[in-house]
Amino acid sequence: MTHDQSFTNQKFKLVGSRVNRPDGVDKVTGRAKYGADAAAPGQLVALFLRSPHAHAKIKKLDTSRAEKLAGVKAVITSADLPDHTNGAQLDVLENCMARDRVLYDGHAVAAVAAIDRETAKKALKLIKVSYEKLPHVTDVDEAMKSDAPLVRENIFTRGVDPKPTKPSNICKVSTFGHGDIEAGFNEADVIIEKSFKTEQTHQGYIEPHACLASVGPDGNGELWVTTQGHYTYRTVCSALLGMDMAKLKVTSSEIGGGFGGKTHVWIEPIALALSRKANRPVKAVMTRDEVFKASGPTCSTSMDIKIGAKKDGTITAGSAHIRYQDGAFRGQWGQLGAMTAFACYDLKNVQSVGYDVLVNRPKVAAYRAPSAPMAAFGVESTVDLVAKAIGMDPVALRIKNAAKEGTRASYGPTYGPIGIGPTLEAAKNHPHMRAKLKKNQGRGMACGFWFNFGGQTCSDINISADGTVNLTLGTVDVGGSRASMSLICAEELGIPYDQVKANIADTSSLGHNDTTEGSRGTFSSGMATIFAAREAIEEMKERAAQTWDIPVEEVEWVEGEARAVGKKNDNLPPLTLKEIAGRAAATGGPIAGHNEVVADGAGVSFASHICDVEVDPETGGTKIIRYTVIQDAGKAINPDYVEGQFQGGAAQGIGWALNEEYIYGDDGRLQNAGFLDYRIPVCSDLPFIDTEILEIPNPNHPYGIRGVGETSIVPPLAAIGNAVSNAAGVRMTHVPMSPPRILKAIEEAAEA
Amino acid sequence: MTGTLVNTTVNGDAVQFACPTDESLLDSLRDRIGLTGVKEGCGTGDCGACSITLDGELVCSCLVLGVEANGREIGTVEGLADGDKLHPLQDQFINNAALQCGICTPGFLVAAKALLDKNNNPTEEEIRYALAGNLCRCTGYDKIVRAVQAASKDLRKKK
Ligand code: FES
Ligand code: FES
Repeated sequence: MTHDQSFTNQKFKLVGSRVNRPDGVDKVTGRAKYGADAAAPGQLVALFLRSPHAHAKIKKLDTSRAEKLAGVKAVITSADLPDHTNGAQLDVLENCMARDRVLYDGHAVAAVAAIDRETAKKALKLIKVSYEKLPHVTDVDEAMKSDAPLVRENIFTRGVDPKPTKPSNICKVSTFGHGDIEAGFNEADVIIEKSFKTEQTHQGYIEPHACLASVGPDGNGELWVTTQGHYTYRTVCSALLGMDMAKLKVTSSEIGGGFGGKTHVWIEPIALALSRKANRPVKAVMTRDEVFKASGPTCSTSMDIKIGAKKDGTITAGSAHIRYQDGAFRGQWGQLGAMTAFACYDLKNVQSVGYDVLVNRPKVAAYRAPSAPMAAFGVESTVDLVAKAIGMDPVALRIKNAAKEGTRASYGPTYGPIGIGPTLEAAKNHPHMRAKLKKNQGRGMACGFWFNFGGQTCSDINISADGTVNLTLGTVDVGGSRASMSLICAEELGIPYDQVKANIADTSSLGHNDTTEGSRGTFSSGMATIFAAREAIEEMKERAAQTWDIPVEEVEWVEGEARAVGKKNDNLPPLTLKEIAGRAAATGGPIAGHNEVVADGAGVSFASHICDVEVDPETGGTKIIRYTVIQDAGKAINPDYVEGQFQGGAAQGIGWALNEEYIYGDDGRLQNAGFLDYRIPVCSDLPFIDTEILEIPNPNHPYGIRGVGETSIVPPLAAIGNAVSNAAGVRMTHVPMSPPRILKAIEEAAEA
Repeated sequence: MTGTLVNTTVNGDAVQFACPTDESLLDSLRDRIGLTGVKEGCGTGDCGACSITLDGELVCSCLVLGVEANGREIGTVEGLADGDKLHPLQDQFINNAALQCGICTPGFLVAAKALLDKNNNPTEEEIRYALAGNLCRCTGYDKIVRAVQAASKDLRKKK
């Protein structure tokens, strides 16, 4: 059955209410099981041997002594893994286990499975590796130089004409835009050109990667794992290891944070390979040090931004050249960043160019609206400089140039109804904007954009004989989605919220669902849940019609019950869902509804943030005094958790803006792979974070839903940069704006 | 494994286990007693996910050895509820949506209880500093602080 996904503006009874999550009790009692919380009889402990070098040839790798150690049941190196040379999955496998070269500090070279941790540790020490060190590069600008050490030898830049004849570290150049930027700059009264840098950060989920893998000689396997995409893990792991997809059952544990970092496989294929070799269950858990060094942080960047405007505030042209480092493996981060850079604005002449560059750092993974925060830092800081140069209020300048319905986006498509204008208006009118500032304090604001994704999704609804309902979902509950999906299901069926029990299915119990990324969970699973519920309703109407012996056209579904319509049916009392369910055995068997959909039309999302900071001129330390997030949610299903997404994204952005960075030594090794030296915001660093939810319906979703998870991390770097600049009188162009960087900027300004 | 026998009390129950002398109490609790509500976020004392009380004092169980628990009293998240009645902190964490992924929640609950046991009417600032040893990456702490404020009110009403 095909369903109409257009927005219908229906009146809601439940959707939009603040309900407690159904998995709350499990999570406050310690009962909820996360990645590292599962155990199997006879399980082995897996540990990894990792490269101490940024870049080196593996000349010899001898595991024989480790293999002979009593209690060691399996040792794996790349030689034990299927050969994917020239295959599509080569990069993925090579990141999980180095082949002939190690490409970053922390790159795995071998793994062991042993009866306990002590034995596994001893075994690692018995593995002999001889390396030949190679020159390395960890900085994105350095890596682009023609004499830079090559991270890979077979990279020929794509997206340039003519095709290069020499390999380089530049994988791809992606160009977006329209109009004539030169003509646009010629029209400008003011042109601001500025270069910016942002350092590499990590998603910093508190739960390290963890899994329990079990594969038998019959080719059947199970993987319990913390992941945002258990179906994707199944697809990738089975392809890497040559297993049948249907015979690998992947169960997503409760997930202790992901933010994009749990969309890729890291230790999981190796745990499966160890288990297959040992024919025993294998548990693998990363240490925090390993998480920092060998999972997938986000890119560091370097960029040049140029914006021209007329005195009346009309932006006549914008250009951005943004260089993203992808780590040691190809990504599409430069492309994404270039697409987002000017997405908030309605520009006649715009060009953005993104570069994807390899360096000797871990493979980059998605981090919440990946690539957008860096581009926004450059563009939104420059917009503020333009406002200053023409003497216009920065919010007014943004409102004047904001994209609207019908605007051709800088990355191509034409926008439908969007929220950038309304979030800016809300910012302008927010009491925060008029609050008094004290000495050394400054206010800044910035806006941000994210695409939002949809994708393949399916949901099942099974009605039990007692009228309670199982809702089976394939998107992972990363932060309360069981509650919002239950609300939607109950809304459609017309029953109370607590009559629905939502479960996250394993890969054997429900069809494929794309990874829970791109803020797609509520949008896509919400859509599949609505349609599945509507199918169940159709079935229940049939059953009622059959019971009453009237045509189904004379049955309608209202408030959780079937009603017979028309005068002649007046004598038929309604049949509730519970009554219909109770009679299912006699009327045709179990009642279910299901839906499989490619959820298209995820509505784009915009946010505007306002931030007050206080900068201590003596120390360069910055304190966030007040913070306000205004974002379009399309429709907030469970506002508590929408606010939570706004606040969480803002807090991550604050950490990125002020403190967090990967620090590499000259030796190419990561110097701060732990929460002590990579400091994320703690409770005493932050104020309450105010939120305002706007609801501009997405026309392509029955409830008007847009994703809400990611956009909130896009504006903070720039909002804080603008606030710091207003507080301290210095323009910060390098994130994080840590105390030494701010102090240096203050001192340089004083000298000048 | 060469193990040392440890006699301890966990959430009021007498418990005995054997562990190597260099094993952390965190690992002992999780792997030997099966109390997986105690989480490991870092293993180095920086995240607070492994927070427990040892003789009433808030500690990171990853920084304590299993053998050090001998003769002492351990409190974990599993012991917070009174039978089928949740502790007001647990109730208020749910009511206030103070958890998203929930991995930090056991540690926050134990740390917040340790605070409220000493100070049943903390200011916002006192709450923020008392919880500064616990990392949460999902919430921005806003709803956590509100939950602790609400629970402290509930606890004062009860008395
Ligand atoms: S695991 Fe003990 S403080 Fe992080
Ligand atoms: S709720 Fe996820 S870390 Fe706190």
